[in-house]
Amino acid sequence: MNTELTGLTLTQSLDLLRQGQLSSLELTRACLERIEARNPALNAFLTVTTGLALQQAEAADRTWSAWRKDSSISLPPLLGLPLAVKDVLAVKDVRCTCGSRILENFIPPYSATAVERLLAAGVVILGKTNTDEFAMGSSTENSAYGPTRNPWDTSRVPGGSSGGSAAAVAASLAPAGLGTDTGGSVRQPASFCGVTGLKPTYGRVSRYGLVAYGSSLDSVGAFAHTAEDIALLLGQMAGFDRRDATSANVPVPQFGPDGRAGFKGLRVGVPAEYFIKGIQPEVEQCVRAAIEQFKNLGAEVKEISLPHTEFALPVYYLIAPAEASANLARYDGIRFGLRENADSLGEIYRLSRGAGFGPEVKRRIMLGTYALSAGYYDAYYGQAQKVRTLIKRDFELAFEDVDVIAAPVAPTTAFRFGDHSEDPLAMYLEDVFTLPANLGGVPGLTFPVGFDQQGLPVGMQLMGPHFREDILLQSAHIYQQNSDWHRRYPQA
Amino acid sequence: MSLTLDEVKHIADLARLQLTDEEMQRYQQQLSDILDYAARLQQLDTSQIAPTANMLVERLALRPDEAAHGLGLADLLKNAPQSEQRQFRVPPVLE
Repeated sequence: MNTELTGLTLTQSLDLLRQGQLSSLELTRACLERIEARNPALNAFLTVTTGLALQQAEAADRTWSAWRKDSSISLPPLLGLPLAVKDVLAVKDVRCTCGSRILENFIPPYSATAVERLLAAGVVILGKTNTDEFAMGSSTENSAYGPTRNPWDTSRVPGGSSGGSAAAVAASLAPAGLGTDTGGSVRQPASFCGVTGLKPTYGRVSRYGLVAYGSSLDSVGAFAHTAEDIALLLGQMAGFDRRDATSANVPVPQFGPDGRAGFKGLRVGVPAEYFIKGIQPEVEQCVRAAIEQFKNLGAEVKEISLPHTEFALPVYYLIAPAEASANLARYDGIRFGLRENADSLGEIYRLSRGAGFGPEVKRRIMLGTYALSAGYYDAYYGQAQKVRTLIKRDFELAFEDVDVIAAPVAPTTAFRFGDHSEDPLAMYLEDVFTLPANLGGVPGLTFPVGFDQQGLPVGMQLMGPHFREDILLQSAHIYQQNSDWHRRYPQA
Repeated sequence: MSLTLDEVKHIADLARLQLTDEEMQRYQQQLSDILDYAARLQQLDTSQIAPTANMLVERLALRPDEAAHGLGLADLLKNAPQSEQRQFRVPPVLE
């Protein structure tokens, strides 16, 4: 029974809760029991908020009972649905480590706007999920608390950096989870774990309470089993927030299914630059087959070009570390976080940071500091910002002719632990297909479109114009009505 | 682009990072490799291109400057590694 309950989508659970056939407490307990049983092997959760979750579930059930007696009372739209939260988003009074030793004992005194809005919508928070340290990585191997394992094959990575939330949803520890995406950190783990994941438009969801990594790139996204479920979450998280100066003041539309059953009138662009040499053949086959299915369902498919795609990687790995080196200057051992004591202030900074940060974070701080330093600023950071303009322009031109762009998410399916850990550049190459969307600020949605010969999931991403998550979610929903890849769950 | 060990030491100093000799050597090699890879950006002519610093600059708007309650002192000091008399405790900065 528990396995059945934890395998429900948010939409299914919501129906059962409404009909009174399920209580939030039953659902929450089922998730907590499954976390207890499976998390030791997967390490998807760093903190499980059992007490808080049970309390929130009981409160939700009280509101459901009250509503049954008097249906005129207002009902929060996601009342009683369990959710996992990536450990870079603040939940008031719950430890937030960012996968780092430097924040091992940090207890945020406020909640992130995305979290606050979802709590107001009635969700139950199960706990905080594992991540590469400060969201820097593509495998969760950079977490100071050990890697998360891929539920499809525990000798493989779940992707990253939001690998904890992706694995939690794939293994049915949670029906949905929050992630963040700076260069692919929602989309790539969603693809590796066989779930649906959204990176919204930059500015669509407030970054307030998201621990900053690359501030011009960071976006708060979500994982679930279906696009329909993600639409439910986005509808509550999205919208202007005065506490984030880069939050966009644009209307929040209806993101969910709009009743259409086919793709008539949808123009799908397929960028030649995303089907490069070195891509795993089964990845290309699965993605091409999905595009073919879009065509069969009425979409108009055309080849397009995003000519500056190959420059996204060097642009990203200058801009993101540059922003990170500035953002992470706040970890000084004085106001919060790890402190190594010394006689002078300068020594406290150096020793605390040296002891608190892991190798990848130090590498990016070093790279970013160099790219911003006197004498090199124009050649590296300045040039990267200009090429970013060209990448952004590629998208703008493409979206004059097509409504969505369809492409692979990563060149391969989930790789084995240690495959890239000695070679940072090889690890960075994992991100080639996800980085452009962050540099252009456009939304991207990943969903499963098949499996390789080893039984590992393959994802496809749809990218859309700024603030058109509705097209992405509605298109993926139609695809999911016509396929069952998203209904496959890993064994045990 | 090959960084010298002295340059790596200088960057670590700017970033206030205590690194071991072994870390210095590893980063010397890895940063050089990454910067070599990034050098391909130089092949693009961007003399007529404006830089993109942020996505939504054209949407940014001024708002009224209104006072509001922030976090209280207790919340602000709660995570301090060392505090005393409602203040963060640090070693003497001036002699």
